[in-house]
Order: sequence, then C-alpha cells, then structure tokens
Amino acid sequence: MLTIAGRKFRSRLFGGTGKFSSPEVMKEALEASGCEMVTVALRRIDLNNPADDIMSVLDRDRYLFLPNTSGARDAAEAIRLARLARASGGGEWLKLEVTPDPRTLLPDPIETLKATEELVKEGFKVLPYMNADPILALRLQDAGAVAVMPLGSPIGTNQGVLTRFQVEIIISQAQVPVIVDAGLGAPSHVAEAMEMGADAVLVNTAIAVAGDPVRMARAFAMAVEAGRIAYEAGLGAVSKDAAASSPEDGLGFLR
Amino acid sequence: MKVFCNGQEQELTPGAWVTDCLNTLGLDPLSVVVECDGKILTREEYASHELQDGSVLELIRFVGGG
Repeated sequence: MLTIAGRKFRSRLFGGTGKFSSPEVMKEALEASGCEMVTVALRRIDLNNPADDIMSVLDRDRYLFLPNTSGARDAAEAIRLARLARASGGGEWLKLEVTPDPRTLLPDPIETLKATEELVKEGFKVLPYMNADPILALRLQDAGAVAVMPLGSPIGTNQGVLTRFQVEIIISQAQVPVIVDAGLGAPSHVAEAMEMGADAVLVNTAIAVAGDPVRMARAFAMAVEAGRIAYEAGLGAVSKDAAASSPEDGLGFLR
Repeated sequence: MKVFCNGQEQELTPGAWVTDCLNTLGLDPLSVVVECDGKILTREEYASHELQDGSVLELIRFVGGG
C-alpha cells in the first residue's frame, strides 16, 4: 500500500478534476478510477454565475483534496495560493506548481525549490510538480517535500513518458514517493511509469477529454494496477540478442 | 459605501461585514475564501470583519484543475 506523509492510499492513481464536460461526468469518472486523492485549483468566483460550484458534487470524505497552485508564475504567487487553499479548508496537502511560461507550462526549478522551503516551514505537506531532474528531486526531498512529481511530458500533451531516463534515476534515488505527473495520455503510458517503479501517477486531461471519460478512467485504473503488479513481480532483463523460448536441445531428428 | 469584489464595484450599507457582502452576492460562506485588502480571513472572521469604503475583496473558490 502506498503511504505519503503517513497517509495510506489503496489506489496508486490520482485524479485531476479539470476539463470535464460536466460535474456529473467528473464525479462518475473519478468513482470509476478508484482514486482517493484529487487535485483542485483555486480561482476567482465568477460573480455573474456564482452558483457554478463544481466541487459541490465531490464527497470530501471519499477524496483527499490536493489543491494545486496552478497559474502561479513565481514562488510568491504560489505561496499566496497555498495560503488561500488552506484557508478554503483545503487542509495541509498541496501540489506545488510554478509555471512561468504559458507555452510550455514547464515548472521553474528555482522558484519551486524556494516555495517548497517556505511552505514546509508553514506546515504544508508539499508535493512539488517538477521537471524530471534527479538532482532537483533530491534537493526538493531534502527541503521537506513529502513526494516528488516529475513530469512525463508537458501538461496536457498526452505524449507519455518522454523523460524515462531521468525518471528512472529519480525513482532509484528517492526516499519519498515518486508520482509521475503530466502528459500521461494513454493507459499504456501509466503502465510504463508503474512498471518503472513509480509509486503513483496523476492523470487529468487524458481521462477528462476522452470520448467516454468513465470507461477511460476504468482503463487507466486497470493499467496502473497492471503496471504495479508487473513491477512487484519483477520484469525480465532486456537484451539485444535473441534468446529462444523453446528448448534448443532435441532437434537432432530434423537434420 | 462602495467595495470592490473580484474587480467589480459593489454597493453596501456602511458598516457591513464580510458576511453581509457574501449574502448580497448570493455566495455560500462555506465555499468561499475571502482575501480582504491583502489579508486572508478565516471563516470565523467573516461575521466580525467590518468592511471599509473602498475595501478590495478577492472571493476565491476551488474549481476543477489538474
């Protein structure tokens, strides 16, 4: 069972709540995914449409809310969002995101580290979204992050684990759980991450924008489970040369 | 008096509390976090924090996100 900051999770799939076509579809898809932790964002209320509160459909007893700091461009903005999240009743858990470039949405490593240091001091359980940099992962871990969240590929791109080499190093070194986040666009992508030994994955876009988000959520859940079981079972070694699966002896009668 | 909520001007009775402002806007205090003149308020403060003419409020809530 996965443990993060002392809390146990049966499911190793974490869900995002953005981009769903309706609150009802989101609710049903999250239920089908089996996830126990969901990310949420903070935004100004649209005063012309104040009843538009999609979070009201989510059962807070069923899901641990992981507020994110999406939209923050530097540490100061992320810290402000984190404090607002806590005041909103979001608890201490925080997915720290600092993405100054709207084109790539790649995280700023220096501002992310600065914000992690401050927010850990303030008592937050910080899960930083980070580029797949093994040294940065260690620095964030040393700063008190309760998990690290290296990206597979840029947010919302569905490109899968383009950072495989670096994520493997991060997993081999980390003392805290490694959650591969962003860009995981198909069940095969999450299976790959889990086979590599990732502790969990976070998926939003690929489920939310699927033709049938509820069935896709189920497919992702199965892939996460399959990947994890395969990792625990121990994958065979990769080799360049062929090795016959059938016995090489006993062919004398042919020639 | 006038206050500014999420950038929009809002007319309120002088001496109004944050709770009065939320009621006027039809917002459930339990689903809103309020930052008033740069200070984040706790829910308990909504009923005791008196707004001033020209106060700037940010009214924030959780929305879907990844």
